[in-house]
Amino acid sequence: MSAVPADLRYTKTHEWVRDNGDGTVTVGITDHAQEALGDIVFVETPEAGTEVEADEGCAVVESVKAASDIYAPLSGEVVEANPVLADTPEAINQDAYGEGWIFSLRLADPDAVSGLLDAAGYQAVVDAEA
Amino acid sequence: MGLRTPLFAEHERLGARIVPFGGWDMPLHYGSQLEEHHAVRRHAGVFDVSHMQPVDVSGPGARDFLRTLIANDVAKLKVPGKALYSCMLNDEGGVVDDLIVYYRGPNRYRIVVNAGTADKDLDWMQARATGFDVQIDRRRDLAMIAIQGPQAVALTAPLLPADCREAAAALKPFFAADGERWFVGRTGYTGEDGFEVMLPAAEAPGLWQGLIAAGVQPCGLGARDTLRLEAGMNLYGQDMDEGVGPLESGLGWTIGWEPADRAFVGRAALTAVRDNPAHRVFVGLLLTGRGVLRGHQKVLVDGREVGEITSGGFAPSLERSIAFARVAPGIGDTCAVDIRGKPVAARVVKTTFVRNGKAMLDC
Repeated sequence: MSAVPADLRYTKTHEWVRDNGDGTVTVGITDHAQEALGDIVFVETPEAGTEVEADEGCAVVESVKAASDIYAPLSGEVVEANPVLADTPEAINQDAYGEGWIFSLRLADPDAVSGLLDAAGYQAVVDAEA
Repeated sequence: MGLRTPLFAEHERLGARIVPFGGWDMPLHYGSQLEEHHAVRRHAGVFDVSHMQPVDVSGPGARDFLRTLIANDVAKLKVPGKALYSCMLNDEGGVVDDLIVYYRGPNRYRIVVNAGTADKDLDWMQARATGFDVQIDRRRDLAMIAIQGPQAVALTAPLLPADCREAAAALKPFFAADGERWFVGRTGYTGEDGFEVMLPAAEAPGLWQGLIAAGVQPCGLGARDTLRLEAGMNLYGQDMDEGVGPLESGLGWTIGWEPADRAFVGRAALTAVRDNPAHRVFVGLLLTGRGVLRGHQKVLVDGREVGEITSGGFAPSLERSIAFARVAPGIGDTCAVDIRGKPVAARVVKTTFVRNGKAMLDC
């Protein structure tokens, strides 16, 4: 059973979003997603300053199995990509909600976070896939 | 739901992630594909390969039949137990399947074909057998377990039946020991030492459990794929198929051109490809830029497309990405690969990347 922390928001495409309370969010992929992908061996992250639209592919996670697009959960500007992932992409497998974060965004609309799925809503998405 | 091997319950007990493959429900991994890969390179791993299909060919016409059916020449097999890797071609020189044929004695052979192609292969063989006095016996009663890695032989030998234990431990590579019920080949698909054991289905769980108890790592199809890619071994349906023959798939060494009068299926078409200097060649690629090579990515030289990757991925033993590619002849030592619209630099190398735990090239 994969973890779905209650204090995060989620997308249908298996990204998690942490509201940092300062107009920025941190984004990663869920425990369920990393488990489905298998061992992760490479992550292509977006550059700081890149403008992204909600639902736009902006990172790629490659596992031993396949390449998967990671979508921007909301519109905004990339603040930082996780520098740890260049040498230790497996951080996503080991700590999907912590060390394995992928990038942070300054939101175009800070209130848009409330439109994302909550933990119960995301759990329902996962259950529907099973 | 797909077909299940006699070891399906073992896979479930070990918590395997099960995926459909060639009509079968097979283990992809048991937790970490990377750990399984490393276990085979450094110690020993065990694979359920019962989806693969042994086929016994026997009868007074067996040798002559196989000399027309497959592109390598079974007349090379003179010592019982000796194995030969070959392709079975169609008239156009494409590959119906790749297979291993073991010589068991005069006019007695055992062939092992792929899972997803087994039905097609059997139909093809039956159709080609007209006029030969042969029996073709699909051995659905046998399971198959591969044990691979530097410790594989030592850890497996105590679990073999007395009638083939000593013979198996003494086997040279690409030979098999023929017991009364078990058949043990010193063969594999990983680039490491080891065995492939064919045995009655009911006895397979016992061997499997004995190997797990001896500390052998259960390994799924995921590790099998990265191991065979590093070892430079082709996968049917990806690296070659009915439309692409052995000369353009790095399998020229499996064609028995001599004697010149052996009329095997596909020979005329193959000869035409051989005599065409523009035929595509099969190369290895080592990615020097960042990313992961995958099947169907385009290979570029000076911005021009020269071919395509057939199999690619991350090579755990090299910690680099590698691939096989089919390209125009004479592309030189370097190229680029189109990864999501961006050209990424790669080196053109031989397809054998790792053998017996050692890298075969400088990375």
